[in-house]
This record gives sequence, C-alpha cells and structure tokens, in this order.
Amino acid sequence: MSAIEKTKAGEAIDIGQETQIKPFTMNFGPQHPAAHGVLRLVLEMEGEVVERADPHIGLLHRGTEKLIEYKTYTQAVPYFDRLDYVAPMNQEHAFALATEKLLGITPPKRAQYIRVLFCELGRILNHILNITTFALDVGAITPALWGFEEREKGMEFYERVCGARLHANYFRPGGVASDMPAGLMDDMLEWCDELPKFLADLEGLLTNNRIFKQRTVDIGAVSKEDALNWGFSGPMLRGSGVAWDLRKSQPYDSYEEFDFDIPTGTTGDCYARYLVRMAEMYESIKIMRQAIEKMPDGPVKVNDYKISPPPRAEMKSSMEAMIHHFKLYTEGYHVPAGETYTVVEAPKGEFGVYLVADGTNKPYRCHIRAPGFAHLAAFDFMSKGHQLADAVSIIGSLDIVFGEIDR
Amino acid sequence: MTDALEDLAEYIEEKVEAVESHSFEHGELILNAKTEHIKRVLNFLRDDKECQCQLLMDITGVDYPDRIDARFELVYQLLSLRHNHRIRVKVKADEDTLVPSVVAIFSSAAWFERETWDMYGVMFDGNPDLRRILTDYGFEGHPQRKDFPLTGYVELRYDEELKRVVYEPVKLTQDFRSFDYLSPWEGMTDVQRAEAMVLPGDEKADLPPVGEVSRHAPAHGWKSSKRGASK
Repeated sequence: MSAIEKTKAGEAIDIGQETQIKPFTMNFGPQHPAAHGVLRLVLEMEGEVVERADPHIGLLHRGTEKLIEYKTYTQAVPYFDRLDYVAPMNQEHAFALATEKLLGITPPKRAQYIRVLFCELGRILNHILNITTFALDVGAITPALWGFEEREKGMEFYERVCGARLHANYFRPGGVASDMPAGLMDDMLEWCDELPKFLADLEGLLTNNRIFKQRTVDIGAVSKEDALNWGFSGPMLRGSGVAWDLRKSQPYDSYEEFDFDIPTGTTGDCYARYLVRMAEMYESIKIMRQAIEKMPDGPVKVNDYKISPPPRAEMKSSMEAMIHHFKLYTEGYHVPAGETYTVVEAPKGEFGVYLVADGTNKPYRCHIRAPGFAHLAAFDFMSKGHQLADAVSIIGSLDIVFGEIDR
Repeated sequence: MTDALEDLAEYIEEKVEAVESHSFEHGELILNAKTEHIKRVLNFLRDDKECQCQLLMDITGVDYPDRIDARFELVYQLLSLRHNHRIRVKVKADEDTLVPSVVAIFSSAAWFERETWDMYGVMFDGNPDLRRILTDYGFEGHPQRKDFPLTGYVELRYDEELKRVVYEPVKLTQDFRSFDYLSPWEGMTDVQRAEAMVLPGDEKADLPPVGEVSRHAPAHGWKSSKRGASK
C-alpha cells in the first residue's frame, strides 16, 4: 500500500512508512476496573478505533444450572442470589414465581407486597451501583463516594429482613422466609423520603455535567429495530424508546395494583440509558411508598406445610409440624411434572427461568435467561467504529454483572 | 388470554406446515416444529402480522438421554411486544444433527446458539462464530448433558514448581452424594394423576437386595432367643 495520502484540501503528502498505523489486537481485562468484573475483551483496533470487539466470558462460570439439577427446590434458591449479586432478591423472585406456577399455588397478599417492596429496593440498589460506577468509568469519582453510602443504607434493610446484606435467600416458593421485623417499614419510609434529595444531588453532579455528556451523548446509540433484533430488555430497551416493562404488560405479584410510570429514552445512547435508570429510581421510590402504605396484614407464606415450613413454636408441641419440618429440609417437596418460562422485570431487564420439572424433588432442568448475556452479545455491534475510551462508556451503560452472565 | 393463544396456535399450524403440533403448559403456548424448517418457522413468527414476535429472548436445550428418536430438545422463547404474547418453539436434535442457525433472523441468537453448543454439543449450521463461550479454553465435553458428572473430569491448581496452573484428574475427598428420594410412599401424594398408578420407586422392588442380608442383621436380633430366654 502506498504511504501517500490526500489531505482534506486534496494535496497529496507523503506521510512516510513509520507513521502508518497498523491494525493491532489488544487485550482488555479480565482484571481491569472498567471491565465490571471478569470481562476479557479482545479488541481489534485500527489506531484508536475499535474495529471488532470479541468479549470472552465464562471466567466466572460456576455451573449454576447444572448444580440446581442436583439440589432440591429449596436448596436452589440461594444460587439465584449469586447470579446478579447487585440485586439478589429480584432473581429469587423469578425462581419463586416459576416454582409456584408449577405447584399451582399463589402466595398470600402480604407476601406479594413484601416481595414488591424488596424488588423495588433491589432496583434502586442496582441503579445506584450502575450509575455511580458508570460515572467512575468516565472519570467522575464523587458519585461513587456518595452513592455507596446510600446503597449501604439500603443493604441494611436487606440485612434486617433476612440477616444478610447480599445473599438474602428471602423469597421462597410460596411466599417469603419470614415476616418483616417491627419498625422496618417505618425506617424504609423515612429512607424513601430522604433518597430523592440524594438523587437530586447525583443528578446535579451528572445530568448537565459537560464532561459526562461529552463521554455519553451519541455513544453506543442503538435504534429501536436493533434493540429488538438483539433481544434487549429493561433499561436498554427503554433507552431506545420502546415503552416495555413486564411489571406493566405482564404483571406478576400484584404489580397491577401499583401506580407508576415507565420512563423511556429517545436517543438510545449511553446518556439516554443513564436518564432512564435515574428516572426509574424515582418510580421505584413511588412503588415502595405505596407498598408500605397499603401493606396488608396476614400470613407471609402459604398455609401448606407440604411446601412451606411450620412456625418454630408449633414444632415444639406438634409432632406433625416436626415431621413436616424434617421432611421439608431433607427431602423437600415434589413438584408436579411440567414446564414454564417465567420472567420478572429485573433491574437489568428480562430475567427468565425456564424450569422443567419431572415430578421429583429436584428440577430436571433450570435454565436461566440473564438479561446481561444478550446485552453483552451486542457489544461488538455497539462498539464498532467507536474509540477505545467510548467502549468503556458502553460497557458502563450496559450494566453488566458477571454473576448472571457467566452463571 | 388462553383463548386468543389457542386461536393463534391453530392459525399458525394452518399457515406453516413445518409446525407439527402445539400444546399448552400453564397457559404458555408451545409449538413443536420440524428441526430442518426452524428458520421458516421463526421467520413466519417474526413477520406475520398476527404473531409479530420481534424478540428472540432465549435459546436453550434440554437433555433427555432416554429418548429414542432424538436426545436433545431445543427451546426457543419468542416475545411479541405488539400483541403481548410469548411463543415457545421446540425442535428435536441429536448429537450429529445440523440445526439451521437463526442468526440471520435474530442477531441475539448468535450467543444463545454458542451457549447451547457449549453446554450440549448441538451443532448449528450457519452460525458464523460457533465457539465455546462459557467453559474454559480447551475444555472437553458438554457439561449440561445428563451423562456429564456434576464434579467434572479435571480440576485446576497452581503448581509452585512449574510456576503455572496445571490440570489434574478430579480427586474427591469424599464420595459424591446424590440421594435418591424416590420411594413408593412419596407417590401416594400424586394419586390424582392417572400415570401415577405405577408409583415412583416401584421399580426398585424387583432389584436384588444390596449386599447379603445376613451380614447386616443385628448380632442380637429380636428373634434371637438368648436374651429373651435368660429373662
């Protein structure tokens, strides 16, 4: 190839052999702070421009689906905390709903409301983490410092309700593990009042920030058609202007009784996705407040000792309850043969569980449809022609967590 | 909801002959299609105005090693935003079946097919990039198959002398425990099902007993007269 190029003015100049840029391959990650976990990217670069991106995933593959085939339905629940560990209860929700569908049971109203309450808390926790680390990727440190404090307060609610900050194991087929402790709802309501002030601060730091906009506007723009073609869901789909939310269109667990809006973007770029997530947090606060105000009384799990354990007090006096408890925690319950694909609107998008039961106490097959998997699959398409620094913004806006992608 | 889906299923079956049958499970529509015509089926489901399934949410497999005709079942999950319905398409495949890839119809299929290839070893004809995706570089076998052991075949450790990670055959410090809970007693909870007349675990009644009975009999059995006689 000749080393002579034409400038814009049209005059030919000799740029010399050594200044010619050769395409080269670059390794990004798996240990890189902007890789959001263990993503290894093999980037084929043309100078600063990404020609082809090849994400290598699976570095966190633990064989969750295989392990679940060897565990009872009760033992399978904690595996879902370890998928998207940023919003654990939302994952448990999908599995609990799928199992309930196969068992043909409906959890009591109070359990449904508690689930809605904690799902929305999980959504806020997820979006705070995503927005602040995304900002960190493009050079803003303050949001992360402020955001993690608020996030920690939310995690304390997790801890108070189930005893663990992260691996909750709280949503069970048939309801939730136990009722909320006294005073928790009051404190959550108080947090709901305080949080908008923090969100306003966060928006003040980012929304009109010149550097943040330079790094995100028009970066990784996805059209409506492409978003559908690549199987996007959640904020990624809504950022491209598709008003689709499973909580509205295919409501589960009493979501139809709540009043909330679905924010959508128009441009489909990284900035639109940021705005959608930001707006979703306000909607989640709205739902949490309604859930607390309308929280019904009553039991928090189905009154069937073949599926949910009897209260501990009863076990001290009732032989039947003792036997039920023993059977449940050794053998578990048998689920009638059948199959279902049950989905929830997780913070990252459509989280689905394809559960095949064969009538025994263990799932025959439990496939997990992680939203991040489809989003990362489109990364090559999204980053093509962008600069390396923009690829980092795109990864940040994808909201990927490797727990769920690698499974 | 189900009535509308029932009509839709009949409409699809009429229009596309590659769809062999349909069924419902918990109100979810399942279409059974011919493997070689999967592209035609998905193309129809995407473009037909009654279906309009613009999104392919998932592809996965299920392994049924005992089936005679084809071992694997491939499951495609489709979603229509316009009509707000989900359609599940199932096709059958074997270890040596070439399943036509649907990447040209849905871009999202690229990685789903890679995962299915990795986990089950089902080959997709036409996928431009059918590499392994979740397992390690140089991995052998397909872990989601039912005959693949849960523990796998190899384990890794860092070798201080070689200064690198080495693979070794897996060594278990205790036996792998997988309890079999099937017993005729449990089947009694299932009596409403017709096929439950043969109770799960019944087949074990004809198996020869494990070990010799006499070895496990207590040394001072209830029927041994020694203690009873002395009293």
